Formats: sequence, structure tokens, C-alpha cells
Amino acid sequence: MTRRARHRAGEPGGARKTPRLERKLFHVLATEQGVRAGLADMRDFLGDAGFDADACGTAEIVLAEALNNIAEHAFAATEAGVVRVTLTPGHHSLTAQIVDTGTALPELCPPSGQLPPLRGTKRSLPEGGFGWFLIRTLTECLCYTRHADENHLCLHISFFAPGTDAARSDR
Amino acid sequence: MDLESSRHGPYHLITVNAPRIDAAQAIAFKDGMRAMTAEGDDHVVLDLGQVQFIDSSGLGAIVAALKMTGPGRRLDLACLTPDVAKVFRLTRMNSIFVIHASLEDAISRQAG
Repeated sequence: MTRRARHRAGEPGGARKTPRLERKLFHVLATEQGVRAGLADMRDFLGDAGFDADACGTAEIVLAEALNNIAEHAFAATEAGVVRVTLTPGHHSLTAQIVDTGTALPELCPPSGQLPPLRGTKRSLPEGGFGWFLIRTLTECLCYTRHADENHLCLHISFFAPGTDAARSDR
Repeated sequence: MDLESSRHGPYHLITVNAPRIDAAQAIAFKDGMRAMTAEGDDHVVLDLGQVQFIDSSGLGAIVAALKMTGPGRRLDLACLTPDVAKVFRLTRMNSIFVIHASLEDAISRQAG
């Protein structure tokens, strides 16, 4: 929704700094191109919901990694399914509930997401292993369950780093 | 992937004419970089000014491009947009690459 449309909907001025709190469900095809299209839709939604560019970027990084993991691993052996993503904006946060019908995470546990070591020579630099690190670094709370042959991943992103003035004034 | 190559004295500038280096583009990016950097030993400057977003696959592809240049040869980055800079900062890859704020900066620092 555009700023003008929000204004028509009766919201006070400056609404772009106060995210609208309506949730939205997205259906994302678990392929590389499907994820790309889904991320574009979600970023539009987050911008319209009032999040600034920095928050939108953080959210897109987290959602991209979570959805790429599903496309690459959960549906690696089967035809790509449709992932259901529900985004629920908060005042200074975003909750994403991501449900897919692919295979379960190994040992039913999200990886710990340690940053690969960057020591050594140029040749030994890591080219992967950043995905879960980015998800865990940028989310405040992460919950995974396997239920009725579906993976349920719930991610909560807070847009103020702990200890900042903004975070304190929000308490 | 649309990669544009130009020579500026001793520098080989490679401009990524694409808005994203993501899982869907990572292999094409690596293949393009391999083809462009296979010959020569000049300093490579990768202009990411048009790239608005990278994911971990894109980051891995840029690291792969650095490794392709081999020991002793430089591959610097220039013009990182905010979301791209964030991914480099979070993964501490900003400590591995020399990152220039602008193309002028990249070339004047290398010349100096």
C-alpha cells in the first residue's frame, strides 16, 4: 500500500515510521527463481508496511537464507513444493513463520551457525557456511518444529540492537 | 550474468550490471569472473555499485572469485550498497577484502 493509500485509510501522518501491524501470507515456490520472486514481493510488503531500508535489508537477508535452505535442502530430492511464509510486522520487529512440506532438518535441529574460520591463506577461505550464521545473527529468537510432515520455522527479528538508545527507550 | 570489463592503466575494472548476486546467479557470476580473470596478473577491481542485494551464495561466489585470482594478485571491491555492505560486515569478510567507497578511490589508492 502506498503512503497516500494509507493516508486515505485514516492513519495519522508519519505512518511510514509506524509499521502497519497487519500480517500477510505469501506462497513461495521453493526454487531459486521462486525464492527471488517471493523475496521481491515480501520486500515490497515490508516497505509498504513502513519499515525503513535498513530493516527491510535485514529482513530480506534472513528470509533469503531461510528460503534458500528450504529450496536447496528440504526439496533437494523431490519436486519443489510451495512454502508458506506469514510475515507479521511489529512496531520495531518482524515475525516470520515459514512452513514447508520438504524433508526435516537433520536431527530435527537448526544448525548452530558458527561463522567459518577466516584464518589461513586466500585459497583456504570459506565459500559457504554463512547462511545459518546470518539467520542466527540477525534473529532474536528462532524456533523449529516438525509437525504433521511439515517444517515450521519461526523467526523473530528485532530491528534495534540490544543496548542502543532506541532499544532502551522502547522498553 | 552481465559483467562488463574495462582496463584503466594497470587496473582491470569489472562492473556487475545486475541488481542481485544470489543463489540463482551465483554460478553464472563465478563462471563470468573465471573467464574474465583467467589471463593476466593485473589488479582487479570489482564494481558492485549496481548490486543491491547478495545472499550467502553470492558472498561465496565473490570469495570464489577472489580465490581464482591466485596468490599475490589483488581483487578489490568498490561501491558496496548498504545491504551488500551489511553481509560483508556481519560475516567479517570486510576484513578479507580491500573495499573502496568509490571507483576513483579504488584507482587513486592503488596508484599511490
